[in-house]
Amino acid sequence: MHAGSIWTLLDHVPDPEIPVISIVELGIVRDVTEGAVVLTPTYTGCPATFAIESAVRTALDKAGFNDIAITRQIDPPWTTDWISETGREKLRAYGIAPPPHSNNLRGTTTPACPQCGSSHTEELSRFGSTPCKALWRCLDCAEPFDHFKCH
Amino acid sequence: MGADRKDIARYAISLGDDSLILGQRLGEWCGHAPTLEIDLFLANIALDLIGQATLLLDYAGTLEGEGRDGDKLAFHRDVLDFTNCLLVEQPNGDFGRTIARQFLFSNFQLLLFQALSNSTDATIAGIARKAAKEVAYHARVASEWMVRLGDGTEESAQRVAEGLDWSWRFVDELFEAPDAKLIEAGVAVDPASFRPAFDAAIDAVLRDACLARPADRRATVGGRRGHHSEHLGHLLSQMQFLQRTYPDARW
Ligand SMILES: [Zn+2]
Repeated sequence: MHAGSIWTLLDHVPDPEIPVISIVELGIVRDVTEGAVVLTPTYTGCPATFAIESAVRTALDKAGFNDIAITRQIDPPWTTDWISETGREKLRAYGIAPPPHSNNLRGTTTPACPQCGSSHTEELSRFGSTPCKALWRCLDCAEPFDHFKCH
Repeated sequence: MGADRKDIARYAISLGDDSLILGQRLGEWCGHAPTLEIDLFLANIALDLIGQATLLLDYAGTLEGEGRDGDKLAFHRDVLDFTNCLLVEQPNGDFGRTIARQFLFSNFQLLLFQALSNSTDATIAGIARKAAKEVAYHARVASEWMVRLGDGTEESAQRVAEGLDWSWRFVDELFEAPDAKLIEAGVAVDPASFRPAFDAAIDAVLRDACLARPADRRATVGGRRGHHSEHLGHLLSQMQFLQRTYPDARW
């Protein structure tokens, strides 16, 4: 059983749309079992799903895990709460405001500007470049930025 | 008499067809919507709907066991074999009509998927739980747009009222009961059970939007039995063009 080394391997597979974070940090690797890597899609229609599966296949094959299958599991549905703390930091450093934790929504849901840290920001568009992001703007440094939506 | 796999497959196809056809319709807006924000909104909803359709139709294909998958079901059936509701195949019209249709459908679909999250069929329940999270977002944004247009300018209010009026005759069909065997087995839900919740949600938004609830009229039905408006054939001729011209072409 090589679960440990497979997890390490997968932690080096980048998300195709946000390549600074790995698919493990994004929380879409649900399990590594005896014979399979279990992935879950972020959104049902996310076109990156196929790219991710083929990147995982390539990584597994390269490391000699040709007999490990890839299975897809949609339930329980993916939530942004599964994005790890490291993942959130990497998103912020990359210029994407990370999603708030869903149990934390009572307070402010205004994301801080990932460039200057100001919380003086406004939403420009509820939908952004990908289904998981919205477009925001900082009212202090005037930079637009992506905000990873709570889902 | 219990529900068999064929019955469940038929149900999954009707759910999948709703999502597929509306997803295709919304795709027609891509690059044409009035602002970038709404263009992205409509395209993203379309993407979610096509994702739902893929899950539901793939599952139906597995249940049938006749070698059809989601793609086969989407691209190799003719108009009479589609069992989507009539609302989703209606032409986009202007932006007001598109938003009114989305508002009605997403509010319906949200309640449907929330109820189906407890389906005794584990796959349908799983798909419904996943999709309900996305549809909640569709319903919220469509409702916000109803208010923006209804409580906007004189022209936007008039246009969205016309769109609502056009779409209204297709609402009752959404609440037609599916196969009684499936309801009894707990696989399907009878949408009549959440009609009061639907009406309350719609009325609350219409109040905020300063729009009147259209008068009830004789419902237009038939989609679930394959009796469609002329619009569906035109939609399919575009959606299925490639597979009809080059059967079984692959990327
Ligand atoms: Zn800033």
